[in-house]
Amino acid sequence: MNLNFSPEENAFRQEVRAFIAENYPAELRAAQDSGRPLTKAEYLIWHKVLAKKGWVAPSWPKQYGGTDWTPTQKYIWSEESARAETLPPLPFGVSMLAPVLYTFGSDEQKAKFLPGIYNGEVWWCQGYSEPGAGSDLASLKTKAERITGDDGKEYYLVNGQKTWTTLGQYADWGFFLVRTDPDSKPQAGISFLLIDMKTPGISVRPIITLEGGHEVNDVFLDNVKVPVENRVFHENQGWTLAKALLAHERSGIAGVARSKRNLEKLREIASTEHSDAGGPLLGDAFFRRKVAELEIDLTALEFTELRTLAGESSGKGPGPESSILKIKGTEIQQRLQELALEAVGHYGAPFLRDLGHNAGVGPEYAVGLAGDMFNGRKTSIYGGSNEIQRNIIAKMVLGL
Amino acid sequence: MDFNFTDEQSMLRDTVASYLADHYSFDQRRAMLKAPPHWSPTIWKAFAEELGILGAPFAEELGGLGGGPVENLVVMQEMGRALVVEPYLGTVVIGGGFLKHSGYPQAEALIGQIIAGEAIFAFAYAEPQGRYNLADLKTTAKKEGGSYVLNGQKAVVIGAPYATHLIVTARTAGGQRDAEGISVFIVEKGAAGVTTRDYPTVDGHLASEVVLENVKVDGSALVGPENHALPLIEKVVDEAVVATCGEACGVLAKLHEGTLEYTRQRKQFGQPISAFQVLQHRMVDMFIQVEQSVSMTYMATIKLSDEAERAKAAAAAKVQIGKACKFVGQNAIQLHGGMGMTDEMAIGHYFKRATMIESAFGSTDHHLARYEFLSLGQAA
Repeated sequence: MNLNFSPEENAFRQEVRAFIAENYPAELRAAQDSGRPLTKAEYLIWHKVLAKKGWVAPSWPKQYGGTDWTPTQKYIWSEESARAETLPPLPFGVSMLAPVLYTFGSDEQKAKFLPGIYNGEVWWCQGYSEPGAGSDLASLKTKAERITGDDGKEYYLVNGQKTWTTLGQYADWGFFLVRTDPDSKPQAGISFLLIDMKTPGISVRPIITLEGGHEVNDVFLDNVKVPVENRVFHENQGWTLAKALLAHERSGIAGVARSKRNLEKLREIASTEHSDAGGPLLGDAFFRRKVAELEIDLTALEFTELRTLAGESSGKGPGPESSILKIKGTEIQQRLQELALEAVGHYGAPFLRDLGHNAGVGPEYAVGLAGDMFNGRKTSIYGGSNEIQRNIIAKMVLGL
Repeated sequence: MDFNFTDEQSMLRDTVASYLADHYSFDQRRAMLKAPPHWSPTIWKAFAEELGILGAPFAEELGGLGGGPVENLVVMQEMGRALVVEPYLGTVVIGGGFLKHSGYPQAEALIGQIIAGEAIFAFAYAEPQGRYNLADLKTTAKKEGGSYVLNGQKAVVIGAPYATHLIVTARTAGGQRDAEGISVFIVEKGAAGVTTRDYPTVDGHLASEVVLENVKVDGSALVGPENHALPLIEKVVDEAVVATCGEACGVLAKLHEGTLEYTRQRKQFGQPISAFQVLQHRMVDMFIQVEQSVSMTYMATIKLSDEAERAKAAAAAKVQIGKACKFVGQNAIQLHGGMGMTDEMAIGHYFKRATMIESAFGSTDHHLARYEFLSLGQAA
């Protein structure tokens, strides 16, 4: 057992750090700091720089554009990205759909869709949840019936409603779970379709979330014609893909490196803000105890993640400890957001609708904290709620 | 970075585990604890002669296995799984730690005796008034020519009834809570003026109240620097804390496994109670605590050799372990229902050990305050 990085790994860290420092776009940094919502173009600036460098998708197999990095190198990459507070590439294509495509897709599908994901040319969105299918995802009702079109080709005719579609307002394409066999057991009649969002019959309606942001959407599908060749894997076997995708989604949610950076920021805020007694807030007995406990929990999670990585690099694959990452990771993110908001006291309140939360009022570090905290409540709900995660661990890990 | 155990370390684990499975079952342990001398010199002898584990963290030139903190972790985890009461911690980790880190002239000979199973150490540091403050010492050691004369009382000295040697912290200068003026002595338990009141502890160990009355020791009994021994004490106690965390990993794993097994067997309302979601989620939360504890223990074990990080890492690990001992221990009893309350089931014995570990070498609050100071600086 040892925690030391090799000289090669340290050199890699320097290389990555220098690359980010030299190439991270100043205009994107400014936009992030402003607290206002990002534009579609801004979301993609860094993605495109990374695509050029060849670092958009370190985890993909080499043949599709992966970097062939060791797990330790990937860990260093995520640490350095978090340290520099870069905007990570959008997960929908890179982390969610692509692994499904290169694992289950046809050669034509891989050739057609992976490059667009890699280069950031095609924006993907997720059509999973429905108003009546949340944690019980397999009860989804969006219907897809086989028809022959006027052109003599085979299509699915899709009707239904999807919801919580994150950033769907910008999407060019979407991956959708649809019911192709209404008579079989819920999991057995689902197929996985790729749908062009410009197809007639699709409409996207914003859902404004409690912090005032427009991040998620309802997607309505009304007689939407989808070519059969846009189905990934076999008909009625989409549930296998759905589960694989959720596993990839979960593994990215722990966010240890980002939380470490946010903890540093929290400590900076609490060193600047004053306690009732007049000293730094970080000297306040109650506040510092909360910070210390959070820091210890985060250290434990970090080492649980490192154990998971070590298991992967020795070829064992993620062990049972990996299932913990989503639950603890999101709990820690939420506690960090709460403490940051608590730390700024009065200046958590201002809400300047168009500029972002309290931009221009109070200290700069208070900008957006309330919005982040309210928005952050989603993390223990999405990607399979933390209660669903406990069901998964109980069944898959503890064998209950 | 590497979190794997070497082949030698895995072999060490297997050796200890299989020996304890054969000779230290729950029933064997219970019978042994009931009858005098309430511990097993036979087992101790086997640790030395059959298994050779009493040399695990000592250099090969001295007859040891050439290991270090990771070897202690491996052994302590298995000790935890079997609820071993024999004094590996006091003798090998703490006694051995003082001998290794102090430049003590007679260290080689004493380490040889430890490895052979002949010297058994108990750590007489706590005092009735001092709580977890290692520097709060009323015990004095007065220099008289080439000797020292010790006077004072030491509280709940774990393992003292079967020890051959006591490691005594005492004040050679300064006021009761001063960081300076502290020295460490090795005192033979049979020395004139040492009296003990022996008793069992709630978790099956033996301990003593030790009174030192004009105990005269030779100058060669001094271990480490005179007056400036607090850093040495802190280092060895950190090693003991982390080794205890290792033991806790074994105890916690058994508490969790035992609860899974029991809830699968126990039927109520026509089904195994493990089918109830409220209990499943509780057991998942217990599992998370166990895994987080293992992670923290690995982290702290590796950082024991990093002087800048050592104390903070040990404190952080002890906070996690302390919380886990409470949560996993109490829920294990809860999920066993009435059966968890009985002496005949092992689960209660693991719970008792877990509860004692919670406050061993400082409670969760103690280590949290220590961590706060080390990470966030002085409180306002």
